[in-house]
Formats: sequence, structure tokens, C-alpha cells
Amino acid sequence: MNRDNDKGKVLIGRSLILAAGQMLLLIVIIVRLYYLQVYQADKYKTLSDENRISTRLLVPPRGVIYDRHGEMLATNRQNFQAMIVAEQTTNVQETLDAFKKIMPLSEAEEERIKKDLKKNRSFVPIKIKDNLNWQEVSKIQLNAPDLPGIIIDEGLSRYYPLGEKTAHIIGYVSSVSEQDARAKDDPLLEVPGFKIGKAGIEKFHEKKLRGKGGNLKLEVNAYGRVMKEIERVDGIPGERLDLSIDARLQEKAYDLFGEETGAAVLLDVYSGEILAFVSTPAYDPNQIAQGVSSKEWAELNRNEHKPLMNKVLAGQYSPGSTFKMVVALAALESGAINPQTRSFCAGKMFLGDHAFHCWKKEGHGYLDVVQALQHSCDIFFYETAQKVGINKIAEMSRRFGLGQKINIGLENEKEGLIPDSDWKRRRFGEPWQLGETLISGIGQGYILTTPLQLATMTARIANGGYNVRPTFEKAGEKSKLEKMNISSTNIALVKQGMFDVVNLPGGTALRSRFDFNGLKMAGKTGTTQVRRISMKERQSGIVRQEDLPWKYRNHALFVGYAPHDNPRYAVAVLVEHGRSGSAVAAPIGGKLLLEALKLDASSKPVE
Amino acid sequence: MYKFYETSFKSQSLTLKEKFQGLSFAYLMFIFILAAIGVVMLYSAANGHWQPWALNQLLRFLIGLGVMLVLAMIDVKYFMRYAYFFYFGVLLLLIVVEVGGHVGMGAQRWINLGFMKLQPSELMKIAMVLALARYFHATSLQNIETMRGIITPLLMVLLPALLVMTQPDLGTALMLLFTAGAMFFAVGVQLWKFGVVLLGAIISMPIAWNLLHDYQQNRVLTFLDPERDPLGAGYHIIQSKIALGSGGVFGKGFLKGTQSHLNFLPEKHTDFIFTMLSEEFGMIGAIFVVLINILILAYSYAFALRTTSYFGKLAAVGLATNFFLYVMINIAMVLGLIPVVGVPLPLISYGGTVIISVMAGFGIILSVNINRNINIGKD
Repeated sequence: MNRDNDKGKVLIGRSLILAAGQMLLLIVIIVRLYYLQVYQADKYKTLSDENRISTRLLVPPRGVIYDRHGEMLATNRQNFQAMIVAEQTTNVQETLDAFKKIMPLSEAEEERIKKDLKKNRSFVPIKIKDNLNWQEVSKIQLNAPDLPGIIIDEGLSRYYPLGEKTAHIIGYVSSVSEQDARAKDDPLLEVPGFKIGKAGIEKFHEKKLRGKGGNLKLEVNAYGRVMKEIERVDGIPGERLDLSIDARLQEKAYDLFGEETGAAVLLDVYSGEILAFVSTPAYDPNQIAQGVSSKEWAELNRNEHKPLMNKVLAGQYSPGSTFKMVVALAALESGAINPQTRSFCAGKMFLGDHAFHCWKKEGHGYLDVVQALQHSCDIFFYETAQKVGINKIAEMSRRFGLGQKINIGLENEKEGLIPDSDWKRRRFGEPWQLGETLISGIGQGYILTTPLQLATMTARIANGGYNVRPTFEKAGEKSKLEKMNISSTNIALVKQGMFDVVNLPGGTALRSRFDFNGLKMAGKTGTTQVRRISMKERQSGIVRQEDLPWKYRNHALFVGYAPHDNPRYAVAVLVEHGRSGSAVAAPIGGKLLLEALKLDASSKPVE
Repeated sequence: MYKFYETSFKSQSLTLKEKFQGLSFAYLMFIFILAAIGVVMLYSAANGHWQPWALNQLLRFLIGLGVMLVLAMIDVKYFMRYAYFFYFGVLLLLIVVEVGGHVGMGAQRWINLGFMKLQPSELMKIAMVLALARYFHATSLQNIETMRGIITPLLMVLLPALLVMTQPDLGTALMLLFTAGAMFFAVGVQLWKFGVVLLGAIISMPIAWNLLHDYQQNRVLTFLDPERDPLGAGYHIIQSKIALGSGGVFGKGFLKGTQSHLNFLPEKHTDFIFTMLSEEFGMIGAIFVVLINILILAYSYAFALRTTSYFGKLAAVGLATNFFLYVMINIAMVLGLIPVVGVPLPLISYGGTVIISVMAGFGIILSVNINRNINIGKD
């Protein structure tokens, strides 16, 4: 019985110990709660927010590009895209295969999709195909049960209403390359499918056009699904751009070339605004913005008409006879000749025992500078060049914008080449030869210019010697122009010569003349040999340009301005292998100037 | 305060009315509070819907309440009389489960009774306590202090524990072992024997480690270093701690727990319900729940201590310990103090058998309290 009592006492004692121990452990729990929920609360609150808040970038609409009259040159178009969300399908490959049965995918596209899928988290939609039309959209929706994970998304894509006609001005947008993304200056670059300007104005004004990305804070659940919007900070849409281009003249200029390859620029001679700027053939920027295969790209590169090359400023050509105005001005300004100085053209002249030919075999007889320009007499300019010397010609060329970049914001601009004696010594280590001066006098030899430089030169002559600069900016106010230190009388003489080229019998561009309410054009043609015609060919009689293969034909050039009495527009036209300046290039320049004058007249308010 | 000399002469049985008046209403209130919290949290777990959990839980609680009240009205001597019978019945059920029970959750734990799934391992927690209480009630202290005296009760513990472990249900097996351990301690088994067992356990640890299933090994490893597998097994613990910690002092508000409602928190209606509660009601809410549990525990021990019969005392201590283990293991687990073991929080986590078994335990404790002045012989 005593033992029984002990047994009871032991139970009570030990039970009390058990109870105390258990309470103590529960108190430990309370301490732990305090530690987690008070001491470490901030840390866990941050982690909790990181869990639930997903920040997404809002892509701002890209700035729209307009011409001078508000015509759209680059805009954003509603774009239906098929996207795939990896987490919503059990087998990505199966879904893609099913999709291919409805709409074919190229190998390159499939590769890109797989790359994007790998790069992004499984709930990020990846573009499969964009620019779907309504038929394609409904086809996908009809087959939705077989296409788990595929969604249709509405986005904006870049569209160029004038297509290839403005390709060499506007350029295009394309996917961000790894190199672009490495800059890390804008988080937008990492948005899948984001496009940036890769050429032309789109590239030059990228910062302005792109705008600033907005932020969208979303609450997401553990599977990344969006539950609600927490905060939206709208981005800043890209700025609109108003270019100096006149869409009507731009189209006209492009159409005037027809099948021909070449370049043309039309400028306002006072403001320097570029009204038309074409390089033919061009490429379709809409197609490139959507993505072209490497095969299509290679084809564009291989094409002998070089559609990817912006010939207006990247094409370097001998200016030929269009250079004669500069030679004349150099001579008149230096006093090497005066307005009365005459030369006698017998069809050829000799320097030592080397013969220099005029394009007119039988010769022009006696000519002064105005007549020499009108007839484009080579002998006169051989002699004039000989009198004035290469260095003065080179200096005058540079004052008119030749041999240097003009920098209108487009890539790949070339400097051209204006040679002088220093250049030759540097380049070849040889002294300048007099014969080279003669050849330079008619714009051949080493001299290379771009059509844009020729247009600048023509505008500076037309406006009476002001150093106007071409620009794509639409001029708000008339910018102040500096007068170049060239005598107005001399410029007037040259302009008279250019007027006669177009308007007097015997002028090389007579066929392109026009008289629009008394407004007339002045200009100068040029035809430059691409290769020497051999003696053998001359004897066998194959001299007709049309009979030569395209790439051996002469280049055709024309520069001009209008109206002659009160110049407003200057033009430069180059037709690659166009055979003849007067027959091919001058008509294009003439029609473009006439169109510009007509549009001016029609837009004048009726009083 | 009762007086010993009065009760000695009382009749051996109480009337139903006397029994009902003997119910501890404070104890009942604590139980109701916990159950109400459970229903509210399950309502939140379903994003503010009664379906699919809250209403079911309420229903099961009512069933549990019935079970508890019926058991509370039964004389303690009957529990003792049928303790072995009950124990062997449940043991048989465990074997049946082992042979061909319903397969669920990768572990065979249930017998499908049609209207509900019966988990014999839950019943075993009560059956073992009663059987041990009866055994120690009848034996003497000398016997308890000998080796021979504890071999039978050891077998009574190890047999079901092994069966449960092979299901495999490590959590329940450990609870059986811990409950039994507490009871062995309470009846006066010498401390050095616990030392020997502990030493043996440490020595056999490498062997036991190899017997554990891969997922059990992973749980232990992940507990030791949750960052080992942040998206896999460690994910639960990490997300649970984030949910708890981000709740702060006052919580994010009812139905506003982001971790829970955005599904970052797994198993929020069962094992991790305490986490959701702590996220939505903060430290205040969490400590309140712990305090209610402490009160239930304190009352249970008080009942045990003021009961005259040895069987009643020991049964109450065993059942109280069993309840404590549920609470402790569950909360310590969600707080990242111990590895993740599938133990629910009584009355709050969703789950039928647990409510019934815990409520049955409360019923027996209440019965012990009601019959505290009744002596039980050694038969």
C-alpha cells in the first residue's frame, strides 16, 4: 500500500515536469513567432513583395514620321500575332508541329522561336508569326483545341506607306541584335520582339522616335499568372518627326526612274530642305521590318543594281560635265579668264604628243565661257583648267560642297574625292601631271562626287552663292545663310550658261526645256565613261551605247534648278549606265523640277 | 476543491445529469474557439468561400462534438475495462490497412467505410494511451522499475509504431513513440533507461537513415538547408517563412494574405494553415492560437492531477501529450524549426479523422475529469 502511494506520487511529480516541459516548448514557439514576425518582418515583407509583384515594361508607340504636309511616311499598324506560352502547353514541339500544319514556318523562324523560348520564362509569350490577316487569325482560332498554349495577340508593327519609294530616307526597324542589347542603356531593348531603327532616319532619330518605356506593376500568383494591376506608369510615346520631304515629289521622282538605276535629289535652294531623295532600285522596308530570311538578304546584297546602297550619298561617280561650272567659277574668280576670254575648239588639242578630244569631233569653233557651258565644249575647259591650275579648282570645288561629307544624318555617306597636287603626292608619292589637270577640267580623272554633293553645288550656284546645306529637317524659319565670297557677276555668267544649256538651240538639254507660266529651268548635263572604248571597237563600229552590256554603258548626269529668274529648287540626277545625260538624266531632272513648280502653283491660295 | 474523505464514500457511479454538470465549460469554450478559427481560416483558404472546405469542416466538427460528448458521458471504468479489447481491435485494423487498405497520397493509411475514410493510425493514438494506462494502472512501481515490467508495454508501443512507419507515415509513428515515451517517463521509468534508448538511437541513426524513404531523407536534408532545393522540397519551408514573416505584428488582414492567396504557400488548408493564419492575422493572431492551445493543455493537466484514479491520471496525461505533439510538431514545422512532417494542426487544419480522434481524446479527458472522485480497483 505504501508502494502504491509512492507510485501515485511519482506520477504526479513527473506529470508536472511533463506539463512544464510542454508549456516551455510552446513558449519557444511564441519567441520564434516574435523573431520571424517582428525582428525579421521587413526582410520577409520584401521577399513577399518580390514574390507577388511582377514589373513589366510597357512598350511606347514609336514616333510617327510625316512629310512636310503631314503625309505619313512611317507609322504603326495594328498587328495580329500568334504567340506561344510555354507553360500553357505540355509539349511545345507538338504545339509547334500542329501550328505548322495550319501555317508553314521557315526553319529560321522555328530556330528563332526556340531561342526565344529558351531565353524567357515559361509564362512569357513568344511570337511565332506576326502580321496575320483576318483569315489566318480565324484559322488559328478554329483550330484552338489542337493548339494548346497558342494565343493571338494584338500589337503594333511599323508600316511604311510608301514602301520602297522612301526606303533610302526612312530606313527600317528590325530586331535588336545582341550587340545592341549589350549597351544596356534602355530596358526596352530586352523586351522580346522589340524593334529599333537599323537604317536611315529610323536609325538617326532612334532616341527621339523610341520614346520611353512605361512600367506596369502586376500582382502575379505562384504560377506567374496575372491577378490584377497594381500600378501603371505610362511611358512617353516616341516623338513625331516632320521631315522636309514632299511625299508627292518623292513618289514622282521614284516613278520617273522606271527601270533605271540611279539617284536623284531635289532641294530648296534657300532652306536646304530636301524635298525628294531617291535611290533606285530600293528594297521594301516593310518586308525587312517583318524579318527577311538570310537567303532573301543575300539576294538583295548580290543584286548588281545594288538596291541596299543609298546611291544619293554612298554612290561616288565622276561628275563629268556637271563639274564645268565649278571650273568656270574657279577660273573667273582667279582672273585666269574673263567673260570675254575665248577659246578655239577644233575637236581636239595636244599636250605634248598626247591628244585630248572634245566630245564633238568636228569642234565648236570660237566660244566664250557661257557658250562653252551651253555646248559643254571640252576643249574650252581643258584650256581653262590648264590656265587656273588644279589647286584652285579643288579649292572652289570644296566651297561648293564637293569632296566632303554633308552629314544629313544617314549612314554610309561617302566623301567623294577632290584631288589636288598635295593629295597626289600623299597618295602616290608622285607630282601632279598637267594632263591630269586637263582631264579634271571636264570632271573626269580622279574626281568623285555623290549626287547629294552635286545637288548642294547646284543649289549654291542657283541661290547666288549662299552656302546652303541640305537637310531633312523641316525648316521652321528661314535659316540665315552665309554668302560665300564669290562675285555675283561670275555666278550670273555661269547661270546664264546653264540657262542656255536648256533653252537655246545647241544646248545639250534642249529637249527637256519647259515653260510653265513663264517659269523656266537651267541645268547642265553630264555623261561619263565607265570604261574606255577600245580602238578595235571604234573601228568595228560598236559604239552605240545600247549595244553594250548594261554595266559597260556610260553614266548619265544632270544638275539643274528652276525657276531660272528666281530660283527655288535645285536638282541632281544620276542614272547609272544611263548612256546619255541629255537623253536620260535631263528629262528626269526637268520633269521633277516642273512637278515641283506645278505643286507650288496649285497650293497657292486662290485670291 | 474536493475533500478526499467525502468522495471515498460516494457511490461508484454518477447520474447523467451529474455528469453533464461535471463538464468543464471553459474547456469546451477553448475547443469551440479553436474550431471556429479553423472554419474561418478554411473559408479564407478557399478565397472567401464555404466550399470546398469550411462547411465540411464545420460538419465534421459537429460529428466530433457528438463523439466527444458521448465519450464524456461514459464512466472511466469502462474505458479501462475495454482498453485492451479496443487496442487489439485497432491493431487488427492497422494490419488490414497494411494488407489491403485504400491507397492514397503514396501511403496506405485509410480504410474506406463508404461515408468516410478511416485512418486506424489516428485511432491507435487513443487506443495505445488507454492500453498503456491500463497496464501501468495494474502494475506496481517495483515492477515498472524492472526490465521485465516494461517489456510488455514496450511491445504494445513498438508493434503499432512499426506498422504505421511501414505505411509509411513517419509523423504518426513518431507521435506514437513520443506519446509512449512521455507516459513511460510519467509512470517512473528510470531516467538512465531513456539515456540508453537515446544512445541506442544515435548509434543506430545511420542504419535508420538508410531505411528512410528518399522523400523522407530529402525532408530532413531540406530542413537542415532549405536553400538546397529552393524550387523543390525547400520551397515549402521558404515560402512558409516568407508568409509568416511578412504578416508582421498585425497581419495583412482577413482574406488578404498574398502568399496564401496567390498560391505561393502550398497546402495552406492542411499542414500550413497556421502559416496562413499568421500571415493574415499577424503575430497577434498566431500567439492567440498558441495561447488557446496552452490553456487546453493546462486544463488537461489540471484534470489529470486532480483525478483520483491512476488510470484516469495517466490516460489524461497521455492524451494531453498526444494533443501537445500535434500542436508542437505542426507549428514548429511551419516555423522552420523541424523538418516538414505531415502533421496537421488539431481543429484548424482540414481533415476528418484528425478532428474525430482529437475530439475523442478531449471526450475521454472530460470523462476523467467528471469521474475524478471515483476510485477504480486493480482488476
